[in-house]
Amino acid sequence: MADTSLVDRHEPLWKRLPVVVQLRRSTGWQRAMLITGVVICALYLVVAIAAPLIAPYGFGQLQGADGQGFPRTAPPSPEHIWGTTVGGFDVFSRTVFGARTAVLVVIVAVIVSITIGVILGMVSGYVGGWLDRILVVVADAIYAFPSLLLAIVVSIVISGGNSSYSGGIVAAAISITVVYVPQYFRVVRAEAVRLKNEAFVESARVIGTNPWRIMTRHVLRNSTRSLPLILTLNASDAILTLAGLGFLGFGIGPTSGAEWGYDLSRALSDVASGVWWTGVFPGVAIVVLVLGVTFIGESLNDISDPRLRARRRLKQLVSRKQASSTEGATA
Amino acid sequence: MTDATSQPSATSQPGATTRLQAGDTTTKAVAVVDDLTVTFATDGGAVDAVKGVSLDVRPGEVLALVGESGSGKSVTARSMLRLMPETATLGGAVYLDGTDVISVGSAKLRELRGTAGAMVFQEPSTALNPVFTVGWQIAEGLRAHGGVSKKEARAKAIDYLRRVGIPDPESRVDHYPHQFSGGQKQRVVIASALALEPSVIIADEPTTALDVTVQAEILDLLRRCRDEFGAAIVIITHNMGVVADLADRVAVMYQGEVVEQAPVGELFAAPKADYTKRLLGAVPRLEASTGAARRAAITSEVEPLVSAKGLEIEYPGRLGAPAFRAVKGVDLDIRPGEVLGLVGESGSGKTTIGRAIAGLTKVTGGSLNVLGTEMLGYRERDFKRHRKDIGFVFQDPATSFNPLLTIAECVAEPLVVHGEVSNPRAARKRVGELLEMVQLPASYGDRYPHELSGGQRQRASLARSIALRPKLLIADEPTSALDVSVQARVLELFLELQQDLGFASLFISHDLAVVGALSDRIAVLYRGDLVETGTTAEVLGAPQHPYTRRLLASLPVPDPAEQAERRRTLEALENAGS
Repeated sequence: MADTSLVDRHEPLWKRLPVVVQLRRSTGWQRAMLITGVVICALYLVVAIAAPLIAPYGFGQLQGADGQGFPRTAPPSPEHIWGTTVGGFDVFSRTVFGARTAVLVVIVAVIVSITIGVILGMVSGYVGGWLDRILVVVADAIYAFPSLLLAIVVSIVISGGNSSYSGGIVAAAISITVVYVPQYFRVVRAEAVRLKNEAFVESARVIGTNPWRIMTRHVLRNSTRSLPLILTLNASDAILTLAGLGFLGFGIGPTSGAEWGYDLSRALSDVASGVWWTGVFPGVAIVVLVLGVTFIGESLNDISDPRLRARRRLKQLVSRKQASSTEGATA
Repeated sequence: MTDATSQPSATSQPGATTRLQAGDTTTKAVAVVDDLTVTFATDGGAVDAVKGVSLDVRPGEVLALVGESGSGKSVTARSMLRLMPETATLGGAVYLDGTDVISVGSAKLRELRGTAGAMVFQEPSTALNPVFTVGWQIAEGLRAHGGVSKKEARAKAIDYLRRVGIPDPESRVDHYPHQFSGGQKQRVVIASALALEPSVIIADEPTTALDVTVQAEILDLLRRCRDEFGAAIVIITHNMGVVADLADRVAVMYQGEVVEQAPVGELFAAPKADYTKRLLGAVPRLEASTGAARRAAITSEVEPLVSAKGLEIEYPGRLGAPAFRAVKGVDLDIRPGEVLGLVGESGSGKTTIGRAIAGLTKVTGGSLNVLGTEMLGYRERDFKRHRKDIGFVFQDPATSFNPLLTIAECVAEPLVVHGEVSNPRAARKRVGELLEMVQLPASYGDRYPHELSGGQRQRASLARSIALRPKLLIADEPTSALDVSVQARVLELFLELQQDLGFASLFISHDLAVVGALSDRIAVLYRGDLVETGTTAEVLGAPQHPYTRRLLASLPVPDPAEQAERRRTLEALENAGS
C-alpha cells in the first residue's frame, strides 16, 4: 500500500517506469549504486548491439583480411589488443560478441520465465483447489533439483546436441527459464492468494465480475510489484547459469557464436603455461556484468523498503527548516 | 533545557486535580512533556507530527490524550519513552522522574523504560510474543532491570497476574498467549507493565481492539491501577466515552497541537476550543433514530427481500477438528425500504451473515432466501442476475479500492460489469453524478484511492455500491475505521441516500450508538445466536435479553456524570448475573 502511494500516477509514463521511479526517489550511496549498475548494464547493451562495429574481427574468424592466419596464443599486441587463443581466435572480438549472446539469452530467458510464471502463479493462486496443489508440487519438485543440472538436462533435450547460434540461444534461454519459472510462480501466487481476500477483490465479486476480469484487472496488476526486483536478481543469476552451461560444453559452439563460459573452459589449460589473457578478459566480462545487474537489484531492494531507504535530502530539509525558524525568531 | 521539576506547566489549572485529595496539588509531576516537537522525514518531505506540545501528569492521575487519527497523540505518547523510528527527529524535552528522555544516553534510557514509564499497546495479541509463556514475559521485564532471581520473578509474575484479575494465576502463569482471550491478554500486558512499578503507565488505545463488554472490564482495571497502585496513567484514545469513564484530566490534540486541556468535568460541560465542541458534537448518542417513526409504516405483510430461517453457517475445521459454527440457527427478515441494524461483538457471526447474503460465504444449513433465490447450495449462474440489486460497503475504506485504478474507474466498475456502459470513460458522466450524490466533487474521480482521506474513500465506496440502484445495501461496519467527526458525516449521508433511494439495508456494527442512529429495527447477535430483535426504540429503551442489557450498559457515554451512573448499573448487572 505505502509503496504504491509513492508513485504518482499523474506523471508522464517514462517517470513511472520501474528503474526511473527508484532513481528519482533514491539518495546517497543507494543512488550511486543504482546509477553504477544502470551505467554498466547500459554499456553492455551498447556493446551487444554494436558488436560488429566495435570488434575488429568476427567471433569465429581465424585469419585476417590478407588471408594470413592469426597467431596462436599471441600476447596482447596492436593487432590483437587482448591477444589470441590457442585456437587462434581474437580474444577481444570474442569477448565483445559474447556480450551479445549473454544479453540475448538473459532477455529471452527473463521474458519467457516471467510470462509463464506470472500467468501460472496468478491462476493457481486465485483459482486454488486441485490445480493449485498440482502446480505447487511441480514447482517444489523443480526447486529440489540443482539448477545447473536441470539446465543441462533441458539443454540436451532441446538442442539434441546441435549447436547453431539461434538454436543454442533458445536452448540456453529455455533451460534457464525452467529454473526461474518457479520463483515468479511462487511470488505471484502468494500475492494472488493475499489479494483474493482483499476487500477490493471481494467487492468486485459482489457486483458479479467474472473471474477472468477480476484476475486481469484487479489481481494481476497488484501482484507484480516485487517483480522488477526478482527480475534483476534472476538476470544476474541467469548470466552465471549461461556461463556455467558454456563452461561445461552445453552452450553454443565456438564457430556459431561467442560465449564467455565456453572461452573460459578453453582457457583452463592456458593458465599453467602463463597465458593469462585468454581467461582474464571473458572472466572479467562475466563478473562486471553480474556486478552491474546485482547493483541494480540490490539497490532496488533497498529503495523499495522504506526502512532501508536513505533519506539524506529530507534530513537536510529538516535542518534547513529549523535554521530558518531560529533565524525568524531572532529577527 | 529547563528544569522540569521546578517549573509548573503553563497549561495546568488549579482545578486540574479536583479528583485528587487535598494537598496533592503540590505533588511533583512524574512525567512532564515540555515543548515537544517531532518531525518525520518522508518521501513527501518533512512532516511535523507534533508541534510544541506541553503536558504533565501527577501520581494517581489519569490524563487522557484525545484526538483523531493523525493528530499526533500516539507520537506524543511514544516519544515519552523515545519509541521512535529512525526517520523521526525529536525536539524539546520529556522528563520522566526528572530525567530528560530525549537527550539521555541509550543505557540510561533502557533503565528508564519500564521503571519510569511503561507502555500498554493497542493490540494485546501482537504485544505478547506467542512462543513464550506469559509468566516468562512478565519475568523478562523484571530480569532486564536486574536484581531478581528466576524464582522471585515467577512469584512476582503470579502475584501481578492475580492482581490484574487473572483467575488461577499459579497455573495460568505457564500458559501461552493464545490460551488467553483478548481481554485477558490485555490484562497480562497491563500486569507486565505494572510489575516494574512504573511511575507512569502509557496506554495507547488499550481498549480499541476489544469488545465493549471487555473494554468496560479493562477500563475498570486501569481505574484500579490508579487507585490501588497509585500509578499515573496517560491514556491515548479517540473514544470520548472512554475519556468520560476514566480520565481525570483531558488534553485534546489537533494537528500536532494541544488545543485544549481541562479537567474532565469541565471539558464535557463547557468545551472551550471550537475543535473540542465539534468533536463532542459528532459523538453518536445512544438513542433511537428520528427516522424510525417515519418508517413505521413498513408493514410486516410486504414480502421480505431477505429471509433467513434457521440459518446455519459453518467454517470447516482443520484436519480432525470439528467445523466451527459461526451462525447457529438465525431467523431474520429484511423488508423493502427498511434499515436493519445487526449488532454483536467480534465473533458473534454478524459479518458472516452479511457475507452470506452477498454470496461471499457459503450457507451450510437452514434456509436463506435473498431476492427470491435460495442461497443454500446456490449456483453463481442463477444468482448473477440478482447481483446488481445488492450493494456492499466494506469496513476498511483503505483496502476496498483497487489502488491502481482511479476512483472514477472503481465506481464505474459495477456499470461496466453489468454491461450498462462499454468502458469506464463512457460512464464518466454517471460517475460524476454518483460522486455528487455522496457529496464528493466530480473531479475527485480522477484521483487515486490513496489521494483521498478515509472518510472520502468511504463515501466513494457508498457511491460505488449505489451505482446500480440496488434494492439491498449491506454495510459491514462502514464507519468503524473512521474518526468520530468523519463517521458522523458518513452516517448522515447514509441516511439521506437511504431516504432518497429507498433501498433496504443491513447495517452491521458493533456500536449500538451508531446502529441506534439509523436503524428501524435492531437484531442482536451473541455467539452465533440471535438473542433479541425489535424496533430500535424497543431494543434500546427496554432490552429484554440480559446480554443486550449488558451490552447497553457497557457502552461508555461521553458524559462523566452519566457514565459514573452507568458504571454502577453495570456493576449491579454483573453482580446479579454472577
